[in-house]
Amino acid sequence: MSAEKTENLSWIDKRFPLTETWKAHLSEYYAPKNLNFWSFFGSLAILTLVIQIVSGIWLAMSYKPSAADAFASVEYIMRDVEWGWLIRYIHSTGASAFFIVIYLHMFRALLWGSYRKPRELLWIIGVVIYLAMMATAFFGYLLPWGQMSYWGAQVIVNLFAAVPVIGDDLSVWVRGDYVISDATLNRFFAFHFLLPFVLAALVFLHIVALHHVGSNNPDGIEIKEGPKGNRWSDKAPADGIPFHPYYTVKDTVGVVVFLALLSAVIFFAPTFGGLFLEAPNFQPANPFQTPEHIAPVWYFTPYYAMLRAVPPMYGSQFPGVVVMFGAILILFALPWLDRSKVKSMRYKGPISKTMTGLFAVSFVILAWLGMQPADPFLTLLAQIFTSIYFAYFLLMPIYTSIDKTKPVPERVTS
Amino acid sequence: MRKLIIAILVLLLPTVGFASGGHEELDKAAIDLTDQASLQRGAKYFVNYCMGCHSLKHMRYSRMAEDLGIDDKSLRDNLLFGNAQPTSMMTNSMRPADGETWFGTAVPDLTLVTRWRSPDWVYTYLRSFYADPARPYGVNNLIFPLVGMPHVLGDLQGLQEPVMETHGEGHEATVTGVVLTQPGSLTPEEYDNMVRDITAFLTYAGEPIKLERRRLGVYVLLFLGLFFIVAYALKKEYWKDIH
Repeated sequence: MSAEKTENLSWIDKRFPLTETWKAHLSEYYAPKNLNFWSFFGSLAILTLVIQIVSGIWLAMSYKPSAADAFASVEYIMRDVEWGWLIRYIHSTGASAFFIVIYLHMFRALLWGSYRKPRELLWIIGVVIYLAMMATAFFGYLLPWGQMSYWGAQVIVNLFAAVPVIGDDLSVWVRGDYVISDATLNRFFAFHFLLPFVLAALVFLHIVALHHVGSNNPDGIEIKEGPKGNRWSDKAPADGIPFHPYYTVKDTVGVVVFLALLSAVIFFAPTFGGLFLEAPNFQPANPFQTPEHIAPVWYFTPYYAMLRAVPPMYGSQFPGVVVMFGAILILFALPWLDRSKVKSMRYKGPISKTMTGLFAVSFVILAWLGMQPADPFLTLLAQIFTSIYFAYFLLMPIYTSIDKTKPVPERVTS
Repeated sequence: MRKLIIAILVLLLPTVGFASGGHEELDKAAIDLTDQASLQRGAKYFVNYCMGCHSLKHMRYSRMAEDLGIDDKSLRDNLLFGNAQPTSMMTNSMRPADGETWFGTAVPDLTLVTRWRSPDWVYTYLRSFYADPARPYGVNNLIFPLVGMPHVLGDLQGLQEPVMETHGEGHEATVTGVVLTQPGSLTPEEYDNMVRDITAFLTYAGEPIKLERRRLGVYVLLFLGLFFIVAYALKKEYWKDIH
């Protein structure tokens, strides 16, 4: 059997680099041996993308992207389609899970300094993935055609109307109508179906870039620059171990824990207290009745809080829109904002640690603020935390230069 | 690193307090979705008292009968009216325009009412009608001011009068509660039970799969628990030579 297998394999290998690819990216891809809890989220992000694409295709088989039928077709999926309720809950819970995983994955990059040289492009591709993910989620949220779908989309598309001069025409162009309508729903469905495949292509590029520069680790030490030679190869980094089987078995443990948490939500709390499926979205979209309180889904609320924190200037909401998009776009500049001598938070000084902690807290508090009805005190809080969010980035060149750093060891620590 | 994470968690604690609280006072419906008799009574009350105006257009009669343990004969004899078939959706023949003429607003479909309001809201709402001569049908509602709906169950509950209270000098009196003044054909306890049955039925209709998904979820988590033990043991075995 083994001889036959080798023969077949060599037939393939002459025509397609199967063994070579397997070795380069799995069995002979050397990852640092000290990866910890935080490194689970990369493989989990890929898993979540696959879950979303597969469950999404099955939903699309029964979903009807028209203003007249969309809401009822979702209930049809929930009631009459075999296992439709499960597919739908997997998809709705998976969307939130995807953002949780990605936020933790990005925070890990901040902790390990994974955006620093030579990983600037890896980070930038990652930010593009995040943007594509947000666009996908935004288009997808309109599809159930509930009240929050409708009015959430209305609020976000109206942001384009705040752009000076071309704003009104721009927002009509985006909607395909003067209000969110059947035309909008159709095009949002088309984009929601297309973008995940763009995401998959971007993830491919992300991995190509990662495997070119090598994985970072909690110490932020380049294992490729350290001593050579390990049990498997003389040329491989001494602190590297083959991704397969070591990290495939380790990530399997992460996958099982993740699936257990995901299943707990899907089977026992699919609305997650109104965070993953908002209660007003169980009411069909009604263009003539604005809900008392419009809040986007939780993963957009930090930016929504920032939007509302900025007061209108000259009667225009545009400054708020600039701040909101700026908060995301500033991520692209991160590799050049950090001037620290060290990469990992482990060896950075107290100012960097404090700023990173404040940044994380601000992001979560802004997420909460974005869910609350507007109120002068809460707006003040949103202004404070928006300032901290931007201070983390804008002051980074200063505080990372003056901050005391600890000496970085020669080899990775365990 | 660990200290940083703990510091973040400690800083976030106050937001947990913020996040809870801040809802209007609702009575607890205390429904039991496993109580089929209650759900069956709720279905009977709904079909007889509510469905003239309110549809359950995403719910199929046959699915309801199957889930609630109602046999075909009982379904046909007691719950199907007009030309409805067991496989029909639970719609009615009222036109939206008629609702607007008669009640000032189109009558909402109630399939998902417990999901966008809440079971407690429905339970409280049906117990919170009070006499208000200024309204077209002579009633108003404590938690749904200026509601267009008449008190359909009024003959059963009786008539409640509003309790008015004035808070502070110069403020207008507001309705803060209701008190039963003319008893109906049911005792307050019987009426509460009836409303609880209707709420339970509507909660079932909002998500017919609810009990089944919880039952399945236990097995899914048990499987993943076993899978975890295997996966963890495998990881330990592979990693024992990595130092």
